[in-house]
Amino acid sequence: MTDSLKVGTHTFTSRLIVGSGKYKDFQTTKDATEAAAAEMITVAVRRVNITDPGKENMLDYIDPKKYTILPNTAGCFNAQDAVRTLRLAREAGGWNLVKLEVLGDTQTLYPNVVETIKAAEILVAEDFEVMVYTNDDPIVATRLEEIGCVAVMPLGNPIGSGRGLANPFNIRVIKERAKVPIVVDAGIGTASDAAKAMELGADAVLINTAIAEAKDECLMAMAMRDAVRGGRMAYLAGRMPKRAFASASSPLEGYIWD
Amino acid sequence: MSEALMIHLNGEEYSTKARSLTELVRELALEERMIAMERNLEVVPKSQYASTLLKNSDRIELVHMIGGG
Repeated sequence: MTDSLKVGTHTFTSRLIVGSGKYKDFQTTKDATEAAAAEMITVAVRRVNITDPGKENMLDYIDPKKYTILPNTAGCFNAQDAVRTLRLAREAGGWNLVKLEVLGDTQTLYPNVVETIKAAEILVAEDFEVMVYTNDDPIVATRLEEIGCVAVMPLGNPIGSGRGLANPFNIRVIKERAKVPIVVDAGIGTASDAAKAMELGADAVLINTAIAEAKDECLMAMAMRDAVRGGRMAYLAGRMPKRAFASASSPLEGYIWD
Repeated sequence: MSEALMIHLNGEEYSTKARSLTELVRELALEERMIAMERNLEVVPKSQYASTLLKNSDRIELVHMIGGG
């Protein structure tokens, strides 16, 4: 069965996008990313440490020829910083497909939707393919799609919280109104959360902390890989209805005492 | 021998013998790295590193990719 994920001009087989933050070392980042069978991996843009410029770099482990590198704007709290960051990323690696996230404050890490919209307008005008992190708000999701973002990525719950999907109904509503892929980004804590997101119709999920903070990162990466596949297949298969009362699985005729 | 220039590199005062961005990258031994640079808030394409000459008090941002979600 071909069931590819199309994001802008890119096509993927995997519906599990991973982050590369919070790992104990680069080797584990590499191993877990492979175990997840991910094709897309987010990275952050930061100043080179001038006192030790030759230090080992993550891209020595995560091969940009093998993976689609998705530069993010983590840590940006206004549109201007986010746009600067992604212009630099595009110059560094030629990456056009980007993850835009503009945050509101450090305690909640909730998206600043006003600044996110401003940044998205500028980036789309500059021919970036923007995958945008946002609230689980259907109106905002539609607005971001209208601006020209190639994927809308509503949060399941705050970044790094591992609390699952706070508002599954909104994820469903966002998906049903959208023509671009919907990626549940942030909040996924364990495999069942990922499966649930996919069963709701999400086109993909983006996971970082749930894998990086697991005791066995690679095993959790595989659990997420299978959960995403399972959830996707269940969504495509079409689930049975929920009923108030029982419905026998065995025929109600041909009993030996009849 | 030419005088060293004083620039702001990644927010720090930095004294350099480099005259262009190409020379600055070489001075930091970052030729093989995936990096990008901003000079006074403008991204400089790699093709212009050689022709972009440094001046005293230039504000240079030099970035690379690290782990992030």
